[in-house]
Parts: sequence; C-alpha cells; structure tokens
Amino acid sequence: MKTVKIDARGMHYTPLNQKIRAAVADGAEEIILDNILGQRFIGDGLRGNVRIIVNGVPGGDLGMFMSGPTCIVHGNAEHAPGNTMDKGMLVIHGSAGDAVAHSMRGGKVFIKNNIGYRGGIHMKQYDVEARPILVVGGTAHSFLGEYMAGGLVLVLGIGKDKAMTDRGIGSGIHGGEIILRGEVDDFLLGVGAKKFKFTESDLERIAPTIKNFCEQFGYDPAEFLDTNYTKIGPASSRPFASKYVWE
Amino acid sequence: MTLGSVPSKFKVSIDRDQCMDCGRCIENCSYGVYRREGDKILIESRKCTGCLRCVAMCPRDAITLTEKPIDYRSHPLWTREVREDIIKQARSGKIILSGMGNARDLPVVYDRLLLDACQVTNPSIDPLREPMELRTYIGKKPSKLNFRKTESGDVELETKLAPNLKLNTPIMIGHMSFGAISLNAQLSMAKAVTELGTYMGTGEGGLHRDLYPYQDHMVVQVASGRFGVNIDYLERGAAIEIKIGQGAKPGIGGHLPGEKVNEEVSRTRMIPVGSDAISPAPHHDIYSIEDLVQLIRSLKEATEWKKPVFVKIAAVHNVAPIAAGIARSSADAVVIDGFRGGTGAAPKVFRDNVGIPIEVAIASVDQKLREQGVRNEISIIASGGIRSSADLAKSIALGADAVNIGTAALVALGCRVCGNCYRNLCPWGIATQRPELVSRLDPERGAVQVSNLIKGWTYELSELMGAAGINSIESLRGNRDRLRGYMLDEEMLKILDVLPAGA
Repeated sequence: MKTVKIDARGMHYTPLNQKIRAAVADGAEEIILDNILGQRFIGDGLRGNVRIIVNGVPGGDLGMFMSGPTCIVHGNAEHAPGNTMDKGMLVIHGSAGDAVAHSMRGGKVFIKNNIGYRGGIHMKQYDVEARPILVVGGTAHSFLGEYMAGGLVLVLGIGKDKAMTDRGIGSGIHGGEIILRGEVDDFLLGVGAKKFKFTESDLERIAPTIKNFCEQFGYDPAEFLDTNYTKIGPASSRPFASKYVWE
Repeated sequence: MTLGSVPSKFKVSIDRDQCMDCGRCIENCSYGVYRREGDKILIESRKCTGCLRCVAMCPRDAITLTEKPIDYRSHPLWTREVREDIIKQARSGKIILSGMGNARDLPVVYDRLLLDACQVTNPSIDPLREPMELRTYIGKKPSKLNFRKTESGDVELETKLAPNLKLNTPIMIGHMSFGAISLNAQLSMAKAVTELGTYMGTGEGGLHRDLYPYQDHMVVQVASGRFGVNIDYLERGAAIEIKIGQGAKPGIGGHLPGEKVNEEVSRTRMIPVGSDAISPAPHHDIYSIEDLVQLIRSLKEATEWKKPVFVKIAAVHNVAPIAAGIARSSADAVVIDGFRGGTGAAPKVFRDNVGIPIEVAIASVDQKLREQGVRNEISIIASGGIRSSADLAKSIALGADAVNIGTAALVALGCRVCGNCYRNLCPWGIATQRPELVSRLDPERGAVQVSNLIKGWTYELSELMGAAGINSIESLRGNRDRLRGYMLDEEMLKILDVLPAGA
C-alpha cells in the first residue's frame, strides 16, 4: 500500500488540501496527517478511494462535499463533519460539534462519543446507493435529524442512562428514520415526528450498520443486536402541506 | 357553506360572429375554461387565471377578457383583495400562498428617477460609430496591484487575480430552478446567455444534464436545502452562488411540492420522486457571519479557488451592514434581491409586505461599501423587478455592477404574469413539469426571444449612455450625478444620494 505522511504542524488548510490532492493524484492509498490542529475543510470535495488518517483535532467541515475517501480521526472533530457529503466514510474516535452530517446524501459518519445540536439535519437520500448513515455511540443534543428527508440516524447511548435526553428529535422530518437505543420519552419528539415500533425486520436491516460501527471502535456488536430500540419517522411525507391555501 | 362563493376574477366571452369554431381555445387552456358541448364552445369564466393563452392563440381575435367584472361596494380600506383574503382564511385557517412578485400598488422608485443627457457643453456620443464599452467583470478585484520588472525590462503583474466572470452586457438571468420552471424554459435561457456572453443561474434545483453544454455560462446555486449539490455540480458551474434570501420572501425558506417532483426533477435535485423538497429558512450550518465565511471558503476550497462565490441576500432594512459583512468575507459578489422579486410561490403576506425596494438597497449598499473603502473589491448584482433598460441604467447609476432579470426573461418566453406558477398548469410551458405543456415551449425559439430582449436592452443602454456622453459602463457605475429624483421626498433623495430634478 502506498502511504504518504504529511506533517501539518502550523500549516494552513489550503496548502494542506493541495498536498492531499497531489498525493491522491499520485496514487496514494493512505495519507497520514500528523499534528492536525484546527485545520478546516480537510478532504473538502475530495474524490477517490484513499484512506486518510487524521492525528489530532481537525477544524470544521471535515469531509465536506467529499465523494469516496475514508477519513479516520484520532481525536475530536469540530462543526459539521460530513457536511453535504456524497460518498465515503468518516470515523471519529471522539466527539463532534453541531450540524454533523448536515445535508449528507450518501456514505457513513461514525462518531464514537457524542455530537452537538442539529446532528443529521436535512440528511436526504436519492436512490439505494445514496443513503446516508450517521451513527453516534454516545448521545446527541437537540434537533437531531431535523428536516430529515432520508437516510438513517442511529444513536446508541453507550454509557448513558438514556440515548437521548434533548428535545426536538426529528422536527420537520419528512423522510428517513432515526433509531435510538431504548425507550424515548414522547415529549422529546419534534413537530411532525412520530414513534414507530422497532421490529425484527428493522433489526435485520440495521444489523450490518451496527456491526460496521462496532468494528471501527472495537465494541462487541452482540450487545446491540436486539430490538430494544425506538424508531422515529415522519408523521407525513408532506409535513407542511396543510399549512397553506392558494391565493 | 355560509360564506358562498366570491365573485369570479375574470369574465371571458367569445364574439360568436367572429368565432370560426376551431377549438384552439379549448386545446390551449390548461385550466379548463373552455369545453365543447354539442356544436357550441362553452365558457367557465371562474376557472380563468388571465394567462391570455387563448387570446394569443385565437386566430380570429374573437375572445374578450374582462378583469373583475363584478364590483364590490367600493371602499378605500376594505378593498376587494382584503375582503377576499379574509374570506379565504375564514374558510381554511391557513397561510395564503401566492405566485410572482409583489402585487401591491406601491410607488416605484425607478419611475421617479430620471436619467441625464448631454446638450451643447459636452457632446453626446453616437454608439453607432463610437465603441461603447459594456463589458463587465464580476468578482473580487485586488485593492492594489503590484508589478515587477523582469530581467528583459518588461513589466509583469505580481498580484494574483481572483477569478472573475466576463459579461458582454451587464444583464444576467437570475436563479429560477428546474422544478419551479421547466427544462425547456431553462434551456431557452441557457442558449441565450451562452450566445450573448453572459450568465444565468440554476436556482436551487441542481443542474440537469441537458444543460451541461451551457455550464460555462451557468451560476450554480447552493441554498439551504442543498438540492442537487455535489462536487461535480460545483465544478461544472462558472460561479457558485450561496442563496441566503430571496426578495419575494425574505427570511423564510421554501418548498417545492411533491407533485412537481417527477423523475427528472428527482434525479436533478437528488431526492426521491414525489418527495417535498423543503428548503429551511436558514442554512443550518450558517448561524453567524463567521459561519457564512466558512461556507464560502468551503466552496472555494472544494473547487480549488477557481470559482467566484456570490452571496445572495434579500433587500431588508439592514441590507447595507449585512452586505458590508459579506464584502469582508471571502465572497466575490453580493447579490441583492429587492422586494419586487418574483417567485413560483411565497406566502402572500411576505410577498406583499416584507423587504425594501431594490433601488434604495443598491444605493445604500454602494454607499456603505464606499464608506468602508471596499466597494472596489467586490461586485454588486441587483435584482428584483428590473423591467426595462431604463431600470437597468438607473440600477447601474445607483451603484450596481450588473443586474439579474427573472420575470422579464419569462415574459420574453410567453409569460403573461398571471401568477399561477405554483399550479403546475402553466399554459405557456414555463412554470410546469407536464410534458404536454412543456413541449409548447420550443427552446430554439425561446432562446431567440430571450436573446432578442437582452440585445434590445443592451442597445438601449448604449444609446442612453451615449446620450449622456458616457462611453464606458464603468463611468456610469455609481454615477448618481446622472440621476435626478422627481417627486421623491428629501429623506429618500438623501438615501439615494440623488439631487432633485432641477437642481
């Protein structure tokens, strides 16, 4: 495997991304970024199948518009990793900020610990391949899966009493599904969101995702492979249709 | 239903002596006003929207259409419109949606601004024989230029220039999405701007593959719903526009109803067929001016700093400081959309009451950017109710670099401003996705019409400039000395920075 190492100490994000692009163009299969400290836009708009290892804490919009690469972060991530991402995978060995996976259309974002507000907001799917997945090991703040139009948000609540304690889950959701470990209080649901029974067939569907997530962080998937989940989806695919009358 | 029906908006009649019974009115009316019963064409006036398709297609001029054939008791405050809105809401308890731009009879500032012309002291220029420089560059300009002498003694530019759009005429076409309008409407405009050397916007509907041949003349839009946005889309566009707000509905998002999301619209927007396409009010990754900077830079970084990035805002009360904030970000141009801007659908209360006129917005933004010493570094694009070359010339004299037109381009394609764009029944094949209606609009002929309009305005602009003794658009830009206010109050003149007529 062709590996390229880049020492990013004190480097601005533009030359850093230029080096990453040059390495990808040069056929690198793995790029190791050392001493990352707050550089935004890592892997922004990047194509290909390259694997990027980030050692440090990247800045906002990690993997934005990314289409293909895998990016593994040994640290926390800032605002909106996976923003409008198309394909590929982000694995964060830590927590991330607000608007994680904002408008994401495909690929996977796996966060080991917690995320901030508006996680998975406006995620959407197009066809079978373009189905975004966000998995959070810990918990999330308010407005999880807000305006969601497709894809899957899964919150496992590892180490927590409850997977979610913040409100506004799935407000304005009109497609896709939010699956939370355990029971969820009704008052946490946002406008337009509805609880559904989590069935064996749902488990069968998400089991590969659970296994995939556990593989990344060394968890035993067996303890998550049951039906102790709550599924939240849209009450209607047209949440605002009844608000209007024509002139 | 105790409220009963409200009076019909239009009364349609056929002059039976003129009518040759060809039935074109029946074929052409997608709203179902006409039908044949036995040997007679019957009319259901209540269904009429005033789109005038039947009138335009009747070979005998046999159709007459009267607006508001039944009067209410007249009242200056409780107008017909007010009463009908109340009746509608008493029935439904809902928000009233409407199409096209602001329909209120508010004073038009453009109509109270007059242009200058030379007499004796400074000769006017004849654009027929003198070159008129209308070329406009949209994008970031350096605050100063550095040069270096090479060994051979030549002078070389050292400053790195930011990418700019080169316009042959300061008229572009604004963002109207595929979904809101038909592919044939977009194609007509795309062919026209490509031929003329100017640009059009995609709107927030993605870029249909049939438009790829014209992508070098298309500005791709990134709005809060991020429909159709991926790296491929961003790289195809000549420039990228972040839509923050729209003049017809400042402060709110929008949604394309699921019924307009057919196979093609779905593929282009990258959402499932039949799903509502909801654009939230804010971009949920922009909650501050710093976040806007981050989105601008993320787009530049994704496209390797090769594309100019514009930011479009609605003209609202604080437009000048907002635009100043944008000017200090990495944006290359600020697009200001006035309260008369059109739309496929907007809540009526927004369309008619929110925002400010584009004329004052241009003047105050230009003024603020000059005060802060950054006007020369960023372009201003104005839109929202630009109806003629006169509005164009006045916009530039007030401080715009170029304008975006929308409704005017649609009128060139046949639109009669009936305002029923949201019904998917547009008989002119513009605001519809129905194949049988879309096919009424021939992109080749449509392109000629749109291009004729822009050519006509461009000629008129050169004539207006020549008459004023100006031979370069740069000398007209922000040149308020060439404007006079007529019947405008003192405060308004102060904001416009224009003298009254006679002064």
